[in-house]
Amino acid sequence: MTRKQRRFTLIAGGVAVLAVAVGLILHALDDNIAFFTSPTELSEKPVGPGTRLRIGGLVQPGSVVRPTKLDVRFEVTDGNKAVPVTYTGILPDLFREGQGVVAEGMMEPGGVFKADTVLAKHDEKYMPREVADALKKQGHWQTDYDKAGAKAPAGSPASPAAGSPAAPGAAPGASSALPAPVGTAVAGATR
Amino acid sequence: MIPELGHYALVLALALALAQAIVPLAGVRTGDAALMSVARPTALAQLLFAALAFAALTICYVQSDFSVLNVAENSHSTMPLIYKITSVWGNHEGSMLLWVLILALFGALLAQFGRNIPLDLQAASLAVQAVIAVSFYLFVLLTSNPFTRLAQPPFEGRDLNPILQDPGLAIHPPLLYVGYVGFSVAFSFAAAALLIGRIDAAWARWVRPWTLTAWIFLTLGIAMGSYWAYYELGWGGWWFWDPVENASLMPWLAGTALLHSALVMEKRDALKVWTVLLAILTFSLSLIGTFLVRSGVLTSVHAFATDPTRGVFILAILVMFIGGSLTLFAWRAPMLRQGGLFAPISREGSLVFNNLFLTTGCATVFVGTLYPLALEATTGDKISVGAPFFDMTFGPLMVPLLIAVPFGPLLAWKRGDILGAAQRLLAAAALAILALGVTFMIQGKSVLAPFGIGLAVFVIVGALTDVAERTALFRTSLANSLRRAVGLPRSAWGTAVAHVGLGVMLLGIVGESQWNIERIVAMKAGDTTTVGRYELTLDGMQQRAGPNFTEVLVNFTVREGGAVVTTLSPSKRAFASRQMATTEAALMRHGVSQLYVSLGDVGEDGTVAVRAYDKPLVLLIWLGTLVMAVGGGLSLSDRRLRVGAPRPSKAKLGLQPAE
Repeated sequence: MTRKQRRFTLIAGGVAVLAVAVGLILHALDDNIAFFTSPTELSEKPVGPGTRLRIGGLVQPGSVVRPTKLDVRFEVTDGNKAVPVTYTGILPDLFREGQGVVAEGMMEPGGVFKADTVLAKHDEKYMPREVADALKKQGHWQTDYDKAGAKAPAGSPASPAAGSPAAPGAAPGASSALPAPVGTAVAGATR
Repeated sequence: MIPELGHYALVLALALALAQAIVPLAGVRTGDAALMSVARPTALAQLLFAALAFAALTICYVQSDFSVLNVAENSHSTMPLIYKITSVWGNHEGSMLLWVLILALFGALLAQFGRNIPLDLQAASLAVQAVIAVSFYLFVLLTSNPFTRLAQPPFEGRDLNPILQDPGLAIHPPLLYVGYVGFSVAFSFAAAALLIGRIDAAWARWVRPWTLTAWIFLTLGIAMGSYWAYYELGWGGWWFWDPVENASLMPWLAGTALLHSALVMEKRDALKVWTVLLAILTFSLSLIGTFLVRSGVLTSVHAFATDPTRGVFILAILVMFIGGSLTLFAWRAPMLRQGGLFAPISREGSLVFNNLFLTTGCATVFVGTLYPLALEATTGDKISVGAPFFDMTFGPLMVPLLIAVPFGPLLAWKRGDILGAAQRLLAAAALAILALGVTFMIQGKSVLAPFGIGLAVFVIVGALTDVAERTALFRTSLANSLRRAVGLPRSAWGTAVAHVGLGVMLLGIVGESQWNIERIVAMKAGDTTTVGRYELTLDGMQQRAGPNFTEVLVNFTVREGGAVVTTLSPSKRAFASRQMATTEAALMRHGVSQLYVSLGDVGEDGTVAVRAYDKPLVLLIWLGTLVMAVGGGLSLSDRRLRVGAPRPSKAKLGLQPAE
């Protein structure tokens, strides 16, 4: 086999594998992604049932109801609109009223969001970025937090921000970050 | 005083790195051996000062010196000593300090043990290594200084994030970082070879041990992280396709490809340009991983809403190194001499096949991880790409690769005989089909599980076939075979063992993903539930106080067919200082499978939400990765690859037996 033929075989093989990969990617992107919306966006542009969505915001204080031990209903709010959410299963340890949350699932015909995954924020410094953005859009974000974080007197007891949608308790700029442990997802619960 | 000393040591390390970056390169350019020789001592001294800085921070943590901002934010006086020490890298600043320390360590090792490498190549490599170091020292000093003091120190620290207070996570970051940063040596070698314009089989021989070392640690680091997530996060998952996991998987895939292509280059002097490119890409992916984790651009546990200047800084480093090295590559690579010819069906061909699928698989992970970012930047839409995407793209691409794994080692260099290889694999294929059939009979509802088990058996037996062939097992006396086995090069053993590990891991993945039994129930004292063949009875609860937490233990009795097997006590821990709770799962091993019990909410009326799983074969996932790492270690101990080994004479180099 000459050098030219060899090179051709290699390139043809490479192109074939890449084409397969591109095909797989395009196919998978078609129905395996979830768009992120805030409750306000959802009320402005309703999404039909059957489309996977992620809704982010804060858990409306006082909205958490548990009909049984494993079923839970709560509302996700961005301070402007709220969406009722149902979930069956065990919620993450960090799920609390007034705290940031991301729910993934689909809208049901009655305007209730049925979540199959609930992600909660991880500690007082962490807030899913989408949630922070959604809150900023609604004007419920104290910009001091952006700056205060860096200079905040560390060691002062972490202020529990529960119950106050205007103080999501996330201090961007604060320095804690995990050292890249693999195998961590956002603390969440999936059914 | 100690933090200031640490800070000062870090600045000195930066200064040394600057010297190490500039002087040897000038030497390479002018051919001045004296200037080139500067690289070695500066690399060693750089390690000394980086280690001093790291030691200073560690002392601050051990002494709970809360006048240091970093310590006050991430430590607590009641924490056990071991976690005080691991807190050093349990935060952004400290982990970046660990990053530069490991970088300096690799530079020093290269200086110390690379004496058989030609002076100009070593000097240029160390210089490139120093350029990387300079940018990261600047990053630490300018944006993430761990030694910042507080004017009014608090009485108590804010504690380490409770989910990090775990032995698994104590060693995971260092392992992972050794892996990430270890690939910098391959990168530096590649850049140095391009700068000097000379590259040959010997180059591959020098690069391989470093790549192998990094690969072993990265493998262990990923496995450790995965096991930690499995038992600590409380929902029994071991891989989530989280962006941060992907960030470590991508360099692993590229690094695995690099290991294999460097083999071709070493033995056959072919695939040079590709190997150099892979060396650059592997470290670039490590840098991208660091960027993804450290900049906070992705939503993940690791990605906190961080200071935007850090993201921009790392992005600048990223652009500089990836852009710079690829430009260098485009400019200099055409000069590299073409290597040996080989037929598509040959050992080289099979290794190209391996590279093709590994890099394509890596590319799909890359797309899935970065597509949300690209889409948000261009259209503003926010999406998330979940596990199904990766299962559908990465999964199918790995199937042909796994089928091909046993063939590779059985093919001859240059021109192979695929029919002959297939013949020798008949036994493996027969066993695989048998396993497939048996699995299907036992558990007939899914097609995927029997196929996966069959494939895993094929990979394992196929790898053993290679050893059997080489030792002429069953074709000659046992004693003779044994003698041959002892005489077999360690790298051949390494290949076989690593491939067996791959098969074992696959067995675990198939078992866990296909036969996992999940039970979520609300239970009261006295209630019983069944999981697989076990009955779980809730006996009661008890309170207990730990060093810096209080916990509620829930006691279960596990029975199998009425007989008591063991008791399990999963718990919920509450950490007062961070107002956080964690769940500690309880595990019971049976064979290589595990019964996994974890808790949800503990109600005031005594009802507990219980999550119980039976996870068949799950331990094989990590056992397999461990076996892979052992295989890597065996390869590394091969006499011909040993870093300090005396340099083979020129004449011998050309006449290395092809195997």
